[in-house]
Amino acid sequence: MKAYRSMVLVTSGPASLQHGAQELYQRLQEEIDAFGLADEISLTTVSDLGRIDAIPMVIVYPEAVLYGPVTPDQAHYLVEEHLYKGRIAEELRAPVREMSGSIAWLRARQGTLPAEHRVVLQRAGIIDPENIDEYIINDGYEALAKMFTDMSPQDVITELSNSGLRGRGGAGFPVGRKWGFVAAAQGSPKYVICNADESEPGTFKDRLILEGDPHSIVESMIISAYAVGANKGYIYIRGEYPIGYDRLEKAIHQAHEYGLLGKNIFNSGFDFELHVHAGAGAYICGEETALIESIEGKRGEPRARPPYPPTYGLWGKPTLINNVETLANVPPIIRNGADWYRKIGTGSSPGTKVYTILGNVNVTGLIEVPMGITLREVINIYAKGMKNNATLKLVQTGGSSGSIVPASLQDTPMDFDSFQKAGVSLGSGALLICDETNCVVDLARVLMQFFRFESCGKCTPCRIGTQRSYEILTRITEGTAELHELDELLRLAHSMDMLSNCGLGQTAGVPIRDILKHFRAEVEAHIKLGVCPVGVCPMVPTVEQTAVPV
Amino acid sequence: MTIEERELEIPSIVRSAVEKHGATYEALVPILSEVNRVLGYIPGNALSEIKRQVHIPENSTFVSESQLFSLASFYHMLSTEPLGRHVVRFCESAPCHVMGGREVFEAVKDELQLRSGETSPDNKWSLITTSCLGVCGVGPVLLVDEDVYGNVRPEQVPDILAKYE
Repeated sequence: MKAYRSMVLVTSGPASLQHGAQELYQRLQEEIDAFGLADEISLTTVSDLGRIDAIPMVIVYPEAVLYGPVTPDQAHYLVEEHLYKGRIAEELRAPVREMSGSIAWLRARQGTLPAEHRVVLQRAGIIDPENIDEYIINDGYEALAKMFTDMSPQDVITELSNSGLRGRGGAGFPVGRKWGFVAAAQGSPKYVICNADESEPGTFKDRLILEGDPHSIVESMIISAYAVGANKGYIYIRGEYPIGYDRLEKAIHQAHEYGLLGKNIFNSGFDFELHVHAGAGAYICGEETALIESIEGKRGEPRARPPYPPTYGLWGKPTLINNVETLANVPPIIRNGADWYRKIGTGSSPGTKVYTILGNVNVTGLIEVPMGITLREVINIYAKGMKNNATLKLVQTGGSSGSIVPASLQDTPMDFDSFQKAGVSLGSGALLICDETNCVVDLARVLMQFFRFESCGKCTPCRIGTQRSYEILTRITEGTAELHELDELLRLAHSMDMLSNCGLGQTAGVPIRDILKHFRAEVEAHIKLGVCPVGVCPMVPTVEQTAVPV
Repeated sequence: MTIEERELEIPSIVRSAVEKHGATYEALVPILSEVNRVLGYIPGNALSEIKRQVHIPENSTFVSESQLFSLASFYHMLSTEPLGRHVVRFCESAPCHVMGGREVFEAVKDELQLRSGETSPDNKWSLITTSCLGVCGVGPVLLVDEDVYGNVRPEQVPDILAKYE
């Protein structure tokens, strides 16, 4: 690949295209040609960065200047000022005050944020995701070459075990062990699946990897297939991510052309075919057995486990399933070795974690940091503090099946074990930061509404339990609940936890337990005093909330 | 397309979907999605047509209409009923809620005079609540057809909706 003086990126996600990104791109290209800069400037498209207020955006590196919204007619001026004369076109810069979306990491690239450490997002937003050459020049497919040159399948698994990598989908299971199970399982053919059904509310880390660096997933799928002895793989991507789908399709096509997929890869005698499979809107399909059912052309209803997918997965065959972020960690580990990886993060949870930062803070967005930093650091450093200098009340982690973490735990290191000891969970890495204007009952009601809506209905405890819990929580917000119903809520939470078939039902009771553990007085005030202490809940019966059928 | 024209189109729409995804079990959801995308929903005769084209006993592929309906009614992005010309999808998840989603949703309902899950009598609008759309960094988020609107404030809702004919 050639070296360029500047890189110009034009956002071209669905929202940007709607606002003329295509024409802008063409005009920029024409202007760059007209100024004779084509050899010095590379022009590429990137995914939307979450700045709906300023799209389409143009980002110019190495200065990392954000322009937006830019109209096609401004292309001439922009190219002349910034790229030809080398002056930043101040008046076209994106408004700074409303920085949100993925802006946190753009700032990080300018070196203003400490401790960000990019492993899985090292290329996202820097390379053209639709160009395999840019991936290759940035260490891409190097792990694959190394593996085929001097590693046996067992070597790959050993390397991963030594790295201490744990699954990033929420459960934190040791990756090397899982791969070892599948490699050792009897039965053939075997399958590998990438779980890209990222549906936890507040979580969009996988989307950025899929849209920004799709080849990293293709590469690590090939590695995983080689390690466990599979010749066919699926990337199951949620239907709501059409851009990710297109980019993966393109990446697979390019990998085929380069002989990285198909028959006899690198003359190793190893064959591998990879398919992208789009979901059609079902949170539950993020559960691994529901995902398998969905690929098989059935309703996405979780299976009874055991047997687990490593022995009985897709079409009843041994199947390896990994989350996108987990897989994105694999090529760097193979490339740099387990010892390198061990140096990042904490002893029991090596590596980095991608967090999405949301809620009542000054900067929302996405960061990748070593495991073990604290909530206080996230809020004060990356999120630039609470909005309006409000006081932190709680943080809801990991989307809907995460925990409600009270402010008192904000100095607990965020890694799998420390959080477990504190009785909370890291979940999928969404951090919904709430100030004191949020009511815990209202929050729990919204979370329960989600579970009620997304419960697949297969098993009774979850189907009925989420509905009854929602009704009671709604009555508390309407001021018509009685005190003994709090015990009923805990009983429901217990039943769902013990009797549900899959993770959805088993964690649906967590918000109930958490609010009654940490904020019981606030909940009781609704019932005993008939007031919502923060004034969020209506405290009068509303018709609609109970009238919606399940 | 009028309803009659649509009926005539169904066999060819299904055929191109089957050609693209194959006549296998794993193609069923993608085929349904494709039909849903082209027609806006999945009419009953489309289910019959898919069955006709994918049910191939000699290939050990057995597909029934009830099975197809059970899929079409399970996945949220598929609809078995016709929707309005424009579909408003509103994210009801906690991140959007905390950022003021409730007020925005009230404004949407007021403006459209619809409740969640309803289609307006003139068939212009359908209002659907949806789970997370994955653009939470800019919540509350509103999706009108394919257009994403982020950082929505209640007072912007009328302007946003007025853009659609």
